[in-house]
Amino acid sequence: MLNYIIRRVLQSVLVLLVVGLVAFAMFRFVGDPVDNMLGQERTMEDVERLREQLGLDQSFVVQYYRFLEGAVQGEFGISYRQGRQVSEIIAERIPATLELAAVSGVFALVLGIGLGVFTAIRRDGFASNAIMTLSLIGVSLPTFLIGILLIYLFSVELGWLPSFGRGEVVQIGGWSTGFLTQSGLMALILPSITLGLYQMTLIMRLVRSEMLEVLRQDYIRFARARGLKQRAINFRHALKNTLVPVITVTGLQLGSIIAFAIITETVFQWPGVGLLFINAIQFVDIPVMAAYLMLISVMFVGINLAVDLLYVAIDPRLRTEGKS
Amino acid sequence: MTDTPITPPEKARARSRLYMAWDSDVGYSFRHSPVAMVSLFVTLLLVLAAVFSPLIAPHDPFNPATLNLMNGFTPPGEANAFTGESFLLGTDDQGRDVFSTILYGLRISLFVGFAAVLFAMVLGISLGLLAGYVGGWTETIIMRVADVQLTFPAILVAMLIFGVAKGITPIEYRDQVAIWVLIIAIGLSDWVQFARVVRGATLVEKSKEYVQAARLIGRTPLAIMVRHILPNVLSPVLVIATISLALAIIAEATLSFLGVGAPPTQPSLGTLIRIGQGFLFSGEWWILFFPACTLLALALAVNLLGDWLRDALNPRLR
Repeated sequence: MLNYIIRRVLQSVLVLLVVGLVAFAMFRFVGDPVDNMLGQERTMEDVERLREQLGLDQSFVVQYYRFLEGAVQGEFGISYRQGRQVSEIIAERIPATLELAAVSGVFALVLGIGLGVFTAIRRDGFASNAIMTLSLIGVSLPTFLIGILLIYLFSVELGWLPSFGRGEVVQIGGWSTGFLTQSGLMALILPSITLGLYQMTLIMRLVRSEMLEVLRQDYIRFARARGLKQRAINFRHALKNTLVPVITVTGLQLGSIIAFAIITETVFQWPGVGLLFINAIQFVDIPVMAAYLMLISVMFVGINLAVDLLYVAIDPRLRTEGKS
Repeated sequence: MTDTPITPPEKARARSRLYMAWDSDVGYSFRHSPVAMVSLFVTLLLVLAAVFSPLIAPHDPFNPATLNLMNGFTPPGEANAFTGESFLLGTDDQGRDVFSTILYGLRISLFVGFAAVLFAMVLGISLGLLAGYVGGWTETIIMRVADVQLTFPAILVAMLIFGVAKGITPIEYRDQVAIWVLIIAIGLSDWVQFARVVRGATLVEKSKEYVQAARLIGRTPLAIMVRHILPNVLSPVLVIATISLALAIIAEATLSFLGVGAPPTQPSLGTLIRIGQGFLFSGEWWILFFPACTLLALALAVNLLGDWLRDALNPRLR
């Protein structure tokens, strides 16, 4: 057991080191940042000064060491485009992304489980079939088209909800939140639906198939024979037993919510890290790209590790296997 | 002797081949699935439209000589107020015929999609065969890399590769190579699926007698892999390729929409939607609507086709 945990943790660290190497290689070999930062009218002194300032005059090994040292402390140098500390820019942008991800995660989970249970109980009902068909179409639609469709419906035609930005935000310490103002909450609705829709359909289909499996079991029939209300059987007995795979999938999907936030943030001009990353790619702002890559890998590797360890904790069969 | 009509052997074989395909299990499933038939029809229609776009398109949207700025923002089917010309699906801000730009955009979207899948397929199959047949360190390294890459969503990997490639190419060549960079980025983000499946199948085939026999008569490992094992592991690859095609088309559209894909000089459907989104609020809906519908039809048709093929080729689900 302990052996397994240690091996998994070591593996994760190795993955992060490899990603770090990729990020550093990007730093070192892609483009000439000095070229990108200075315009046409520049002097040799300007170039030299900037080179020194960015640490580009050092040897490869020194730069690599510096990069690792900085990365561990969350320092990724200065953005080529904005001329500010990358860590500062990211810290400023991250609340927007996390709030969006949290709201769409909750949306996906609540509606996904609800609709999953509904379509499982009313297996052959018209509404269930309609929902299942719609979900199939929803899965094959690109995220950005869904976003545009929602903007068209609710912002252009109906004029109910804002189509871009976060609305008014309130600063609490270093954290800017849109939860406390009405315009902030309104602005959250469309992006969250866009981002959470795919995960919602995924969870819905999963809950549905698990529920159908569970509802066939003997203990459900027995519960019915005991005269329990159908409602109690569905929610207290059946749903509980479908939740283990749901937790796993939700955990793994957390990472993709963060990644797909890039698309949603671009559609809605949501000022989060995803939009920052896309702009960084467009302007070849390597430090920002590298920082985003590291940030997201830490998140992904961490989530994967947590889910793997949770698996062992939840399922006793895996524990005995590890021993033998 | 009975007097059956004598047909030339080649013709008979051709007919029977076609008939065999039609009469097979997959053919049966096809004949009984209206969804498969419709999606195949739509896919073929769009592919043909893309292939013959220079012949079908009423205008050449990339030839500045034929463009007239006065034609800008002509609504679909109506005559332009200044020039009196009318366009089937209207024009965009520069007076380009939307129908023609869609046809050319479709061409680029499909080209990138097919090329990216082909690239991913070749790469994935080679590495999968190598990992499965050679084993040892080669296998460990290839499969570890695959595992690490699988941790990240494909679209993110493609974005990163695109970003790095953009940084490496000098500014004046960026637009020219963008399409190829896009193909490589999407292909590299998608090879893992192929490699995993092929490796799994290779491991099974490797221990079979025909492979041992081939080894015994002294065929080289390369020949065994390519001539003997490869043909036997291809059928699951076909299913993955179809599903990958839908994913690649959507990935390409997404990247182009985000502005990190096909450049405005060679717009794909995604680029057209990106351009059209700018006119959503000013009322010129057709610039966005028609490219979006085309992409939708394409993505849905290929997706449904892939789903059907997976079910039809998978005997366990029947």
